[in-house]
Amino acid sequence: MRKIGEVVLEVSNISLAFGGVKALTDISFDVREHEIRAIIGPNGAGKSSMLNCINGVYQPQHGTIALRGKTFKHMNSRQVAEMGVARTFQNLALFKGMSVLDNIMTGRNLHMKSNLFMQALRFGPAEREETAQRLVVERIIDFLEIQPYRKTPVGRMPYGLQKRVDLGRALAMEPRLLLLDEPMAGMNVEEKQDMSRFILDINDEFGTTIVLIEHDMGVVMDISDRIVVLDYGKKIGDGTPDDVRSNPDVIGAYLGTSH
Amino acid sequence: MAFFIEVLIGGLMAGMLYSLIALGFVLIYKASGVFNFAQGAMVLFAALAMARFSDWIPKALGIENKLLSNMLGFVAAMLVMVALAWIIERLVLSKLVNQEGITLLMATLGIAYFLDGFGQTVFGSSIYKIDVGMPKDPVFLLESVFQGGVLISQEDLVAAAIAAALVAALALFFQKTATGRALRAVADDHQAAQSIGIPLNRIWVIVWSVAGFAALVAGVIWGSKLGVQFSLSLVALKALPVVILGGLTSVPGAIIGGLIIGMGEKLSEIYLGPMFGGGIEIWFAYVLALVFLLVRPQGLFGEKIIDRV
Repeated sequence: MRKIGEVVLEVSNISLAFGGVKALTDISFDVREHEIRAIIGPNGAGKSSMLNCINGVYQPQHGTIALRGKTFKHMNSRQVAEMGVARTFQNLALFKGMSVLDNIMTGRNLHMKSNLFMQALRFGPAEREETAQRLVVERIIDFLEIQPYRKTPVGRMPYGLQKRVDLGRALAMEPRLLLLDEPMAGMNVEEKQDMSRFILDINDEFGTTIVLIEHDMGVVMDISDRIVVLDYGKKIGDGTPDDVRSNPDVIGAYLGTSH
Repeated sequence: MAFFIEVLIGGLMAGMLYSLIALGFVLIYKASGVFNFAQGAMVLFAALAMARFSDWIPKALGIENKLLSNMLGFVAAMLVMVALAWIIERLVLSKLVNQEGITLLMATLGIAYFLDGFGQTVFGSSIYKIDVGMPKDPVFLLESVFQGGVLISQEDLVAAAIAAALVAALALFFQKTATGRALRAVADDHQAAQSIGIPLNRIWVIVWSVAGFAALVAGVIWGSKLGVQFSLSLVALKALPVVILGGLTSVPGAIIGGLIIGMGEKLSEIYLGPMFGGGIEIWFAYVLALVFLLVRPQGLFGEKIIDRV
């Protein structure tokens, strides 16, 4: 049985503006260890902006984000990656010219210790390291069921499978917190089911905490433990799927209110 | 026939040197998506550094040995190029992460002018000699096949062998090492590369250093042929048609492109030249590049650009 632990990510009073446009206004929520936490909202609600703040792509003007009790304000993506946070992208950001294997191997970058010269000379430890990392990557490829595509350049694969490679690359970092930006966007029902299964398995088998942005309400209600609802950059709901479902503000935002 | 082969080989040798410069363009473009206009200036700067340091250091230390002083000069010049890479990353590139290609291009244009001026300020503007002891005497080959044999410059042969070795080493580095993989990843997508913890700034220093190394090798070879002078930075203009022909993203493309241009230049001068009243060696490469832009804009080996609509 999964056990939800203590708070690992605490977002407090985040505000983010681009010039005069307020993308996020005073958003606070927390994410607990081992949880699947969804962020939902209509188009333009600020979901991706929120994720990009957590990931260090955007620097919010106000508020703090604390990761395992460590507060940070100005941190870039790389530093966040070093703290065990991985992400996938809404519009695929894969290395298109490279094979599936190479793409996922890049995710092991932070786990590689040998230096440039040893690699270039294929010197003992560097060679062993490459083999060890390859083993981890092969396990991920098996897990995501993309074995036949190992050597295929990612740009040539069908969209649904590219999404899996994106997930695989993030998994290769062995993240403790995984941020998924619309992992099921543009997928058909079958592909969505596969992706849902992968997300649940990752959460279950590796104990990875997951923050997820998704449009498909059905999927979100099925797999999330708790949900944050954003609309026009403001938080309008927060709670379990059942809480959110019955929240009148949320219903208003999605279906429109009668006047 | 022997004459044809002579011209052909002469062209291939010249082409190998174009390849060497083109390689610098390709390396930086692959790893950072920047079209580095300063590559020519880097060749000149590296050659100047090599020429002066191989003179200064032995004098300061009282070394007589030619080989040793050349080696010291080469190492010193390489250190200068690494320092240059680091400074460019610190002062220019790191400020321009995720900017448009045209912005970065303009930045490299600025770097080019700076290097031209700075190089001459520090190292002086006279013509210097680099003498790495390349064999100057031509040799005759295939004397049993053709009467009189085929005349080949030994210097060209050595230069071509060095260029080929450098290219092979770089291709291996890009394809087979973890750092090479990280370089290719950065080339594809800055943002994604950062999110998986690849340090952009370190990668850029590495790639500009490698391009600096290629520039240094090209500078030493060209410099020992022609002397180190300002016109060296113009040789880089010859590398532009090479990268268009071979494809901006392809290391093998830079090589094949260079060979085609070098060969085409010489052969067309000899066999087509008389029809146009001669002198076509100067513009042949550019016309060829233009034709390629019309027919196959990604070059022979470049990645075809396909957009999802």
